[in-house]
Amino acid sequence: MSVVRPAFPVSRTPFMAKITYIDFEGQSRSVDAENGSTVMENAIKNGIPGIEAECGGACACATCHVYIDEAWREKVGGPSPMEEDMLDFGFDVRPNSRLSCQIKVTDELDGLVVRTPERQA
Amino acid sequence: MSEAIKTDVLIIGAGPCGLFAVFELGLLDMKAHLIDILDKPGGQCAELYPEKPIYDIPGLPMVTGDGLTKALLEQIKPFGPVFHYQEMVQTIEKVGDPLFRVTTDQNKVFEAKVVVIAAGGGSFQPKRPPIPGIEAYEEKSVHYAVRKMDIFRGKRLLIAGGGDSALDWTLNLAPVASELTLLHRRDDFRAAPDSVNKMKALVAAGKINLAIGQVTSLDGAEGQVSAAVVKRNDGSVFSIACDAILPFFGLTMKLGPVADWGLTLKGDLIEVETASFETNVPGIFAIGDINTYPGKLKLILCGFHEGALMAQKAHRYVYPDKKLTFQYTTSSTSLQKKLGVS
Repeated sequence: MSVVRPAFPVSRTPFMAKITYIDFEGQSRSVDAENGSTVMENAIKNGIPGIEAECGGACACATCHVYIDEAWREKVGGPSPMEEDMLDFGFDVRPNSRLSCQIKVTDELDGLVVRTPERQA
Repeated sequence: MSEAIKTDVLIIGAGPCGLFAVFELGLLDMKAHLIDILDKPGGQCAELYPEKPIYDIPGLPMVTGDGLTKALLEQIKPFGPVFHYQEMVQTIEKVGDPLFRVTTDQNKVFEAKVVVIAAGGGSFQPKRPPIPGIEAYEEKSVHYAVRKMDIFRGKRLLIAGGGDSALDWTLNLAPVASELTLLHRRDDFRAAPDSVNKMKALVAAGKINLAIGQVTSLDGAEGQVSAAVVKRNDGSVFSIACDAILPFFGLTMKLGPVADWGLTLKGDLIEVETASFETNVPGIFAIGDINTYPGKLKLILCGFHEGALMAQKAHRYVYPDKKLTFQYTTSSTSLQKKLGVS
């Protein structure tokens, strides 16, 4: 049996990855995120509480601090030295802490789960 | 109360929009004073992203926050703006038609015919660590700034943070305190390497202590701390006895006293009309990120436009009897004279 392929792309919709944000009270919210956008941008766009992003994504304020779900830590990876410096401004920083403005959505991250802290600033 | 500083226009906030407003006001012969809570001009451009590139300033394909601030200062130099740093406006009172009396937290008093609020996201204020009950200790034994070193003489001090403020105050207060502990979440400091080396030398000499971890709770009574409970990165917990704590976790923006000035707000933003960006109080304008109106975009370039239109209306309050003729800097000799280029 042969596979029939269309001669042109059927859809131009960019790949959408699902991202789930769980707040400190345990409430979970999921959004569809476009590849290349950041985890912070998708939170702001969808009105997810618990992420402030005062500086607008410049890695300059640590108010988009999230905890990466243990199952996803390896795929997401650790912070860059600049982000690690900026995390000093965060509170209750843990080994799985990241700034969500520095995490770009990719196919690999479809299903990502992050938790937001009780307070950003 | 000190004698009032008189000016045509008082601008609250020395970020890019406040700075450019000086230019637009200056072309129309209005003098301005600016107040800012930071110790330097530039607002968010200076505090949040001095080295980050900005790509959407018309005519400048790329400029850093610091570069834009410096260019604006150069551009407004002919108009001799007067800056008042590290002050926050507390009250605005209407005393004439229009004339405003404005007071700051440093007890400075201004009298201005026009007030322009260009306060961006609000005042930069120290971040408060989310430690339960910390509010009760603030100003008594928890301090976010050092105004007088002497109040820490002979005390056991705990300084938390890993940046320049934490390291600078560690070095300065080490000889003053009876005992000093620097606490940071990791054994890596983003402060200037020279300060870090000096701090490490003090630790090696046994003059100060260095601890790694994060404060989770405080012990004490009636505003006086006695110890901080600290969690190490491996989850274990220990306690540091201290008489005073200085947390340095950077700054965050808070609306602050703006909410008490009798202006119509929408959330944390000031509502304005779009012909002149005036608020509900005639003579008080709001430009830049702090204002809102249908279609508002929080872009620096929009704040520049708002400043230009604001100046046209402000002219009517400052010079009620003068007719304003619209002129271009390219062709008007009178404007060029004001700019010092003709």
